[in-house]
Amino acid sequence: MMRLRRSHLICCAASKEKMAAHLSYGRVNLNILREAARKELREFLDKCAGSKAIVWDEYLTGPFGLIAQYSLLKEHEVEKMFTLKNGRLPPADVKNIIFFVRPRLELMDIIADNITSEDRHHSSRDFHILFVPRRSMLCEQRLKEQGVLASFINIDEYILDLIPYDGDLLSMEYESAFRECYLENDQTSLYHTAKGLMTLQALYGTIPQIYGKGECARLVANMMLRMKREFAGSQNQILPVFDTLLLLDRNVDLLTPLATQLTYEGLIDEIYGISNGYVKLPPEKFAQKKQGEGSKDLPTEPKKLQLNSAEELYAEIRDKNFNAVGAALSKKAKIISAAFEERHNAKTVGEIKQFVSQLPHMQAARSSLANHTSIAELIKDITTSEAFFDNLTVEQEFMTGVDTDKVNTYIEDCIAQKDPLIKILRLVCMQSVCNNGLKHKVMDYYKREILQTYGYEHMLTLNNLEKAGLLKPQTGSRNNYPTIRKTLKLWMEDANEQNPNDISYVYSGYSPLSIRLTQILARPGWRSIEEVLKMLPGPHFEERQQLPSGLHKKRQQGENRTTLVFFLGGVTYAEIAALRFLSQVEDSGMEYVIATTKLINGTTWIKSLMDRPESPTQ
Amino acid sequence: MIKSKVDEEDYWHSSKFKAFTFDDEDDELSRLKESRQAVNNIRRLVEEDDDEDDVERISWSGEPVGSISWSVKETAASSQRADREPAFPKISTDTPSISRSQSGYSLSSLFKGKPKVGNFQTFSDALTDSSVRLYAPELRKPKSEYKDYVSDWSPEETVQRLQQGKAVSLERFRTLQDKLLLLDHAIAAHDGNVITAVLIYLKRTLCKEVLFRELESRQTALRHFIHYLSETQNQRLLLELHRALGRAEDAALLQYKEHLSITDENKRRDFLKNCLSLPFSAEDLAHVQDHYTLLERQIIIEVTDRQAERGGKVEIFQKFPRKALILNMPLITTLYYCCFYHYAEPEGTFSSPLNIRQTFKISEKQYFVTALAARAKLKAWLDVDALFASRNWLGFTRKKSPLSFQRVVDILQKNSAPTHVLQDYVALVDDGELRLTLAQKHKCHDIVISVRSADAVQTYRDMKDRQLLLGYRGKVVRGSAEERKIDDLLSNPQIRWKN
Repeated sequence: MMRLRRSHLICCAASKEKMAAHLSYGRVNLNILREAARKELREFLDKCAGSKAIVWDEYLTGPFGLIAQYSLLKEHEVEKMFTLKNGRLPPADVKNIIFFVRPRLELMDIIADNITSEDRHHSSRDFHILFVPRRSMLCEQRLKEQGVLASFINIDEYILDLIPYDGDLLSMEYESAFRECYLENDQTSLYHTAKGLMTLQALYGTIPQIYGKGECARLVANMMLRMKREFAGSQNQILPVFDTLLLLDRNVDLLTPLATQLTYEGLIDEIYGISNGYVKLPPEKFAQKKQGEGSKDLPTEPKKLQLNSAEELYAEIRDKNFNAVGAALSKKAKIISAAFEERHNAKTVGEIKQFVSQLPHMQAARSSLANHTSIAELIKDITTSEAFFDNLTVEQEFMTGVDTDKVNTYIEDCIAQKDPLIKILRLVCMQSVCNNGLKHKVMDYYKREILQTYGYEHMLTLNNLEKAGLLKPQTGSRNNYPTIRKTLKLWMEDANEQNPNDISYVYSGYSPLSIRLTQILARPGWRSIEEVLKMLPGPHFEERQQLPSGLHKKRQQGENRTTLVFFLGGVTYAEIAALRFLSQVEDSGMEYVIATTKLINGTTWIKSLMDRPESPTQ
Repeated sequence: MIKSKVDEEDYWHSSKFKAFTFDDEDDELSRLKESRQAVNNIRRLVEEDDDEDDVERISWSGEPVGSISWSVKETAASSQRADREPAFPKISTDTPSISRSQSGYSLSSLFKGKPKVGNFQTFSDALTDSSVRLYAPELRKPKSEYKDYVSDWSPEETVQRLQQGKAVSLERFRTLQDKLLLLDHAIAAHDGNVITAVLIYLKRTLCKEVLFRELESRQTALRHFIHYLSETQNQRLLLELHRALGRAEDAALLQYKEHLSITDENKRRDFLKNCLSLPFSAEDLAHVQDHYTLLERQIIIEVTDRQAERGGKVEIFQKFPRKALILNMPLITTLYYCCFYHYAEPEGTFSSPLNIRQTFKISEKQYFVTALAARAKLKAWLDVDALFASRNWLGFTRKKSPLSFQRVVDILQKNSAPTHVLQDYVALVDDGELRLTLAQKHKCHDIVISVRSADAVQTYRDMKDRQLLLGYRGKVVRGSAEERKIDDLLSNPQIRWKN
């Protein structure tokens, strides 16, 4: 059913353009942001008059896919699209060649190679560059050094700071943000964050209250206030949609991303990796066997699925603890089966007609159920494995403070088995964070074992982890993690996975620190946890932005407030699930919209901190 | 799951964990089966329609048809036969395409004022200025932009122009004081791009000593400068910078990192040797020293073994040809290699496992696991046996292991050890129940039957597991004493069986 004939392709492309409806379901209509981004894209394309071909930095096709489809580009005379590669550009009879690239030096070298290989006598094509999300002095200098800068008619930037991922979720997909901020002390990503927040305020109104915790949060708030001052004199006349902005540094809560996420979506990300809203899965479980066909062509390509709240069933189960997914799927299966059985009851022509008219919807539901049953089966194979169980046990021991000051036998065994290095680093870092640093002897032992087993060059990675504070030697001060754990109730004995009554269900016991801070801010307020806030790194603060008179909201009785929570340095799907849970709690009175520099999990996060993760020796 | 049920429960009760186990497997996850069943049933109902009416339009790779990444592949593929058929119908350029947007403003109109578009009006052009003001007054151009024709911008204005990507000349900042003022304004704007632009100008126009000195008191700019130098691979200046600022350890690590780009092993070894004189922390220095020693040895071993392999006289290389060079492999991999090819060598040689263990202070456990895996791979069961041999003071030998016998069995099994070898080690597992689970898993029935039969029967009895005992009865010899004992137990009315 997945293979389509070519004739289908073009006609349905246009209808797909409207598929971002799920962005407007939420409390805040994020489609406005998407529309603004699309408009910007059209305007750039129209600047390059005539037919065009786009050469894509492949990384960008993912994020761009969330903004526009090919049909939009085609309407603006984009006739060909290529992937950026060394050598000569493929032939294309077009007036303009446009490079859509991230500002990275290695990409500039490829572009320069493309241009110098052009046949100058026969070609009269115009070249353009569109930098996403920002122009870069360094890159332009590189093009100049390569002697091709003058070949470009147009060098522009496409400000794609915040990309709407779902009705309540925005991401900058700025992969290196954490590394840049905490390792390289480079604040460029914070500047982009502030810019993105200004855009958001331009579209959704000034946010009257800003709270924050952490060094980076403080800097972003400062930049925002400064940018606002620069436009002093003019007033934003939009009724504010957001009541509060909460800026949180990732390094305030280093623990949460290290833990294995136990929600459905979180596990899909941990195991298969979700990238730009898509996941690639092993194809075997998805093969459709028909009677008489046998199993002759089993697909070998991974199955790629889009995951977002536009799919009803997914929206329902994505944030559940995985242990509650089986029940939810079987409930759904019963409903769908019953609906299909209805056809036996359809006697009159009218009834049959009605049944037939519902068939497409029902089939969509069936195919969605089939997919998620398959995914759940794949995940179950892993979560029921001994390795998964042992790993989780150790994580939970650390999080509850059991034996965090000794060398852990399980970690030792994993090293001896040559388990993936990232898994080892995740566990060691977690132990360090939960012990407020490792004893010298313990740290030395781990380091030696890691270097001996995985190679001495990983010294550089260990050094990075130390600089980022994920791995640290114990200093004189007391281990304050137990105090933080108790005060913020980070461990809940009776986490209810089926019918949760607390956010701790997302990690089957552990409540993400970041989300506890968010929850407490809403009620009873941070004043109640001053002591703990002081133990966590960086300042905490509150700022107010003046609203013009007349824009103050007159709140209806019982109307919820809306908070935008911005995670600087990344957020996990389990944390998002916990915030969605809080939005749904009836008497919370608060709804959350989530924004981040990057959607992360422990693995992608640690990887971003490694030095040359694929070293040539491995 | 190996962890036995009783054990597990004890564990969960004694400690406070009770999370994410699959105790209630029957209720929860097995429900997946229900939904799988339903999916399959329904499929039969609607099979015929599947192909035609499926509402989703996705290619097998899952990209929605018409998505950008899908189209990149499609149009690129079609370009190879471009002369035959155009990939997509070309849109006539005569008719201006009218923007279909519902929203009347774009990000650029917010930031840059009116967009310059072709000769037709877009929706956003049609909007008056006042509407833009209504939507985004804060983002209109700041005043400074109107001074486009004046060229002597203040540092502040220069920074703003740089941020907007406008042409600007930095040459007018001539004195050191002016330049530093410009830099400080760039830093205050937090835009890495602008900071870098100013730094490039300063690097060109200031002498190193002055630049380094000034950067020292401006940490943000310093970081950007370091990033710039490493991006452009200006290693030499970077090292000078670190040294000038007294950041010796950073400089040392940075230089050490360079070894990764050296492919020739001899050059790499020499480079690492030179690194030993760098000002590392004591701890890091020890690692670099080990790294150097390791590579030095690998080079020697590689040369000798290559000759031995080519000579064709050493049996092991003939029987198990080497699959890869040992150069640049991690230490433990090297140890494994030596345990495989050079196990019995006297401790004096470079390739002797014992020598390696000594030189690099490899922990007992690591050494043990590695040697065990290597010898098991070769099916050298006597060597495996010898690893465990330990004599007590009375002269009896007994098997001792730094890791649990469960792990030992695991490693042996991964190296496809035969049952008769496995059972020796299964028998040494302390925990009775675990021992039985392992015996069953690895099909070492006779160990339970012949050697530990009494134990097994007793254990099943203790577990009150009638089913297991019954199953076990089928495996013992008919009419044997064992069978009689089992029958006695089975008919004993005193025992309250759990199943």
